[in-house]
Amino acid sequence: MKYFPLIWATLWRKKTRTIFTLLSIVIAFLLFGALETVDYAFAHPNTGTSGANLLITINKYSITLSLPFSDEQQIRSVPGVTAVTWFTWFGGYYQEPKNFVFVLPIDIDSYFSLHQGDFVYDETQFQTFRNTRDGALVNAQLMKKHGWKIGDRVGMHSTIWTQKNGSLDWNFLIVGTYDVSDPTQRNQQASTFLFHYEYFDEGRSFGKGNVGWYQERVADASQSAAVSARIDALFANSSYETKTQPAKDFALAFIKQLGDIGFILHAILGAVFFTLLFLTGNTMMQSVRERIPELAVLKTLGFTDGDVLGLVLAEALLLCGLGALLGLAASYGALPIIRLGLQGVELSPLALLPGFGVAILLALIVGLPPALRAKRLNIVDALAGKH
Amino acid sequence: MSEAIVSLHNIRKRYTRGKQHVDVLEGLTLDIQKGEFVALMGPSGSGKTTLLNLIGGLDKPTSGEITVAGQRLDQLGSGALSRWRARHVGFVFQSYNLMPMLSAQRNVELPLLLTHLSAAQRKANALAALTLVGIADRAKHKPSELSGGQAQRVAIARALVADPTLLVCDEPTGDLDRKSADEVLHLLQTLNRDYGKTIIMVTHDPKAAEFAGRQLHMDKGALAESG
Repeated sequence: MKYFPLIWATLWRKKTRTIFTLLSIVIAFLLFGALETVDYAFAHPNTGTSGANLLITINKYSITLSLPFSDEQQIRSVPGVTAVTWFTWFGGYYQEPKNFVFVLPIDIDSYFSLHQGDFVYDETQFQTFRNTRDGALVNAQLMKKHGWKIGDRVGMHSTIWTQKNGSLDWNFLIVGTYDVSDPTQRNQQASTFLFHYEYFDEGRSFGKGNVGWYQERVADASQSAAVSARIDALFANSSYETKTQPAKDFALAFIKQLGDIGFILHAILGAVFFTLLFLTGNTMMQSVRERIPELAVLKTLGFTDGDVLGLVLAEALLLCGLGALLGLAASYGALPIIRLGLQGVELSPLALLPGFGVAILLALIVGLPPALRAKRLNIVDALAGKH
Repeated sequence: MSEAIVSLHNIRKRYTRGKQHVDVLEGLTLDIQKGEFVALMGPSGSGKTTLLNLIGGLDKPTSGEITVAGQRLDQLGSGALSRWRARHVGFVFQSYNLMPMLSAQRNVELPLLLTHLSAAQRKANALAALTLVGIADRAKHKPSELSGGQAQRVAIARALVADPTLLVCDEPTGDLDRKSADEVLHLLQTLNRDYGKTIIMVTHDPKAAEFAGRQLHMDKGALAESG
């Protein structure tokens, strides 16, 4: 700590240069924090404690291929399965594509039976929902986001499903709201808009009688693999072979439909940090080059080669560490904004922690060459201006 | 009987630049007693600064023996030599060589960072050294806010603060006007006379050399005469 005032003063020797370098590090780590948080969220999908015994059955060959509705009875009969429900991907948005809404056609009885206790809602509103053919039960956060009220009629645009009249716009009456019981699941459900599967199936112009995927609850989560195998065995060698997996794995596989998110995010970060290496490395080299007489004086006063190496490395660590701290703090502060853009994805500050490791690595890479140069400095030559 | 604090025996120093060899010091032998104020004079290239660097432990001879404050410097490794310098030598340069981003007080504290003194003790010692050289009122000022004479006083305070065995001064008045130069020289004389500091000073200036108790003249790498 006794060297801190010296290192700090040295860091701010050229204020403008330090500020610009620091800003570039802050921005790089802000980006790092934001992208790593998203990557972490995709790599660790939160299915909550209630998700441990949930399975998903999809078409073996692609999630975009459907399954016949008749499979439901056979799945229900598999030992270990306690509840079954089904869905189809609606691909919906409200008014414009940036307003993604997870519009989900559900079979009310089987869905709420399978998710018993997972949701909180008003019983009267729920009964109204049950009795209203084009009714929708909407997540409270989504209601708030769009300023909807119960009794509002809203149109949802599907990117896939045309109605019999050829329109992609589906009309709903909001009859109630709901929330989730488990607060950790709140973001996952934040954009969900539930409506009747019957209304959907009767209204669509194609695909009638098919479902996108099944969801099952198993009695014993430890038996998930065995139950999955039994379900898939039922449909082996049929026209609709299935692939059953834990809900968590399904979420991952679904996200991967978008491409390898991790690769894309890390490629962006790689480019950013590669540029940052040159920028910060050049700044550090220039800074040390300008201070060669001062470093020689320190050595003259009795600072050893190791002391001088340590001082330059500490300066790089302070610069990168400070930039990383500010950048990661800014990205932590930005989590609510990222959440708005990524509804349904649970963001964790844990994803920011590797940033400090990256900062140390960055400091070592950019600090080591000038530090070694300072260490090797010959006092007599440096004082005589021969370096 | 006086005690030799600096003892050089048959010192040779050869610099090699590419394929060229330059013999700067050739078989130099010299003793400096404790408490002496010695002025090293001579034309440019005569080897004064090289000799000073060897005595100060900044450089090593090509051959010969150097003993300073009881330590054979030619036998020390780089790390040990650094620690020895921190303990025994205070340096004063022509161009002050203060850290521009640090206040006068922080500059003076620098050698004390290598000791086990607390922050409060370092500060107290630095202020005491600045008081000794008569510039305590400028303790919070940065070098750019000081005159040349004041900056050199800060440099002398920095050289003194760890109570070294000897001060080595390389043209300490070279960048100063006559008045400031005389003030600095009087200060060095006081440190030698009243505090018993051994001082070795390289200078081109005969007037500066007059402040020393002994003058050594160098020419072509050897001691030409003593005054």
